[in-house]
Amino acid sequence: MDATAQRPPASRRIAAAVKDALGTALVALGLAVPILALRTEQDIFNELVLQARWSYVAIAVLVAFAGRLLYLIAAAAPRMSRPRPRAGLTPAVASVAGRIFAGGGLVLLLLYPVLALALAGSAGAIKWIDNFGIQILIYVMLGWGLNIVVGLAGLLDLGYVAFYAVGAYSTALLVHNFGFGFWLCLPLAGIMAAFWGVMLGFPVLRLRGDYLAIVTLAFGEIIRLVLINWVPVTNGYAGISGIPRPTFFGIPFNASDEGFAAVFGLEFTPLYRTLFLFYVILALALITNWVTLRLRRLPVGRAWEALREDEIACRSLGINTTNTKLTAFAIGAGFGGFAGSFFAARQGFISPESFTFLESALVVAIVVLGGMGSQIGVAIAAIGMIGGTEILRELDWLKRVFGSDFEPAHYRMLLFGLAMVLLMIWRPRGLIATRRPSIFLRERRAIRAEFVGEGRG
Amino acid sequence: MMDAPPAPLLTVEHLSMRFGGLVAIDDLSFSAARGDITAIIGPNGAGKTTVFNCITGFYKPTSGRIVLAPGGEPAAGQVDALTASGRRWRRGASATVFLLERMPDYQIAARARIARTFQNIRLFPGMTLLENLIVAQHNPLMRASGWTLLGLFGARSYAKAERRAVERAKYWLDKVGLMDRADDPAGDLPYGAQRRLEIARAMCTEPALLCLDEPAAGLNPRESAELTGFLKSIQTEQATTILLIEHDMSVVMEISDHVIVLDYGQKISDGTPDTVRNDPKVIAAYLGVEDQEVDEVEAEIAR
Repeated sequence: MDATAQRPPASRRIAAAVKDALGTALVALGLAVPILALRTEQDIFNELVLQARWSYVAIAVLVAFAGRLLYLIAAAAPRMSRPRPRAGLTPAVASVAGRIFAGGGLVLLLLYPVLALALAGSAGAIKWIDNFGIQILIYVMLGWGLNIVVGLAGLLDLGYVAFYAVGAYSTALLVHNFGFGFWLCLPLAGIMAAFWGVMLGFPVLRLRGDYLAIVTLAFGEIIRLVLINWVPVTNGYAGISGIPRPTFFGIPFNASDEGFAAVFGLEFTPLYRTLFLFYVILALALITNWVTLRLRRLPVGRAWEALREDEIACRSLGINTTNTKLTAFAIGAGFGGFAGSFFAARQGFISPESFTFLESALVVAIVVLGGMGSQIGVAIAAIGMIGGTEILRELDWLKRVFGSDFEPAHYRMLLFGLAMVLLMIWRPRGLIATRRPSIFLRERRAIRAEFVGEGRG
Repeated sequence: MMDAPPAPLLTVEHLSMRFGGLVAIDDLSFSAARGDITAIIGPNGAGKTTVFNCITGFYKPTSGRIVLAPGGEPAAGQVDALTASGRRWRRGASATVFLLERMPDYQIAARARIARTFQNIRLFPGMTLLENLIVAQHNPLMRASGWTLLGLFGARSYAKAERRAVERAKYWLDKVGLMDRADDPAGDLPYGAQRRLEIARAMCTEPALLCLDEPAAGLNPRESAELTGFLKSIQTEQATTILLIEHDMSVVMEISDHVIVLDYGQKISDGTPDTVRNDPKVIAAYLGVEDQEVDEVEAEIAR
């Protein structure tokens, strides 16, 4: 029998849709009255007066009604019977596309500053290299670091920013108390962060899933509160300033006679330092990536993934799950520490404000959106999330449309939320949802997400 | 066959396991002889899987001693000396002795070389068949990779060790007839193949004792027959002792050298398949008590 023959007549369908939309409008009314209808304002006598804003309510209700109706009509319209594309590219295509993308992306990254210089000129390029290039690469590195813990080992860590903070503050304190330079602080900061990764790892080893997430979240907050309150060491809210910038093999980037520009006979411009910082963080991020890809092919990396798939089976095969989890925490934290150290040296100033829970959430969001365990997916997600924020700051022309009060950057959380909801509807396992096997006999076939575990801690 | 029997590979003595007020295993003693296939059978809830979990360290028994002596017969008094010492294992002149009740699960697998499978299959579903078998060889590979450091910089010794691991994985994939699917995710396999892969994965750890928890569950008769042949071949070719829990009596009676029957956590029979099959206690436990005996039994309980 024809499918359309079974459908009720059009008039009844429209009546049903209108009824449904009316229900939606009613809900909207219920929500809008307390939220939108009344507003308290101070009048000239400094007294609060109620202001009725029924027009707002009417608009909200109308929008809800019309939107729902349109949605229902659109949904009921006969669809072409084209097969729905499967969620996710076919594994073979994804694998090839991934390799091309990785190679092209690397070349693009190496040439990015040159492109920025060519397109924006030497004054405009700094903004593009710093705000977009360096900022995004820091988050790519953080995402890759957290990917080891969340994506490979399947341990949900909501306090990753703690290690970023440990790295940044180690650098700042080592510089101020011992006079170390950036290049010595960098490895020490990584080691310190890895040490704190193990310190966090020990008490949470027995926890799984949600409980693990809550404790790691708390750990992140503890670190931040210690930084705020341990004023003699960390200078509290005021933060630590005067962190020296990285030097080029001992040559500082400044206008002095020993500065980079003078030594190489160039005209001084702050551009050189920005360029240098860009390539430093690019190198750090690529090292993170290289180490992660390498570890995945070593027993420890395979044990992480096995742990994510089934912890009990791991133990039955003689894998010490305690050590395996601790190495994941330590190595992930170590990369966070490197990123933090770089962040401190780039900013020259750090304060606890830079290490709030929002940062952790952002990095977790990058990993989840990118596809847990996928290096390229995480990089794309970082570009989208951080680049998106920066782009919003650039959209000044929107002020001409919405008036000068309109600040596009204020809407970034709204847009992120929307983007995330949409992504989770279309690609519930992230942008790159397939898993690449670490070893193969005949051909490397990507594994579809439905088989891959997400880890429960 | 009248000379003294050789010392068993596994000896369980006075094992008890209580969960709160529930006695899951009650003073159980048995042994599994070297090279034999020993079956543990019993009605549902008899405590079979609990025994497995105690042997493999997933549960700490309330009391009792579990001795594993791979490699050879322990010297006289070696086991008792070890028990008194408080240590977990000791390498003796002729054999290493392990006290399993003192060891955590992963050490039992890694050091005492006991491998197990699970009643509800526990593969790594998102990893390929090959990866599953490579993960099983984690400990030797970890040593070969210099605890990751050497491997990170591409040491040749690690590459060689990995090639050997792949060879072993290929051997077992071939044995269980899954060579064609080596690069597929384990979660994509049909049920029977997953069971075989789990046994292959356990065998990749080169165990001295292989514990199989209901290996034939959910298999059709043809697959059961194949499994029987496969287990026999493991017994003869690999010198691996097998301990298995099974409900499928055709499998148990065909391959077991020795059968232990549990009911309510107690051993009710112990012997060759033939003795056990004809033991009235076993028949009563499996079939329940006959109708006309109910009064007798109730009277007995009331007493």
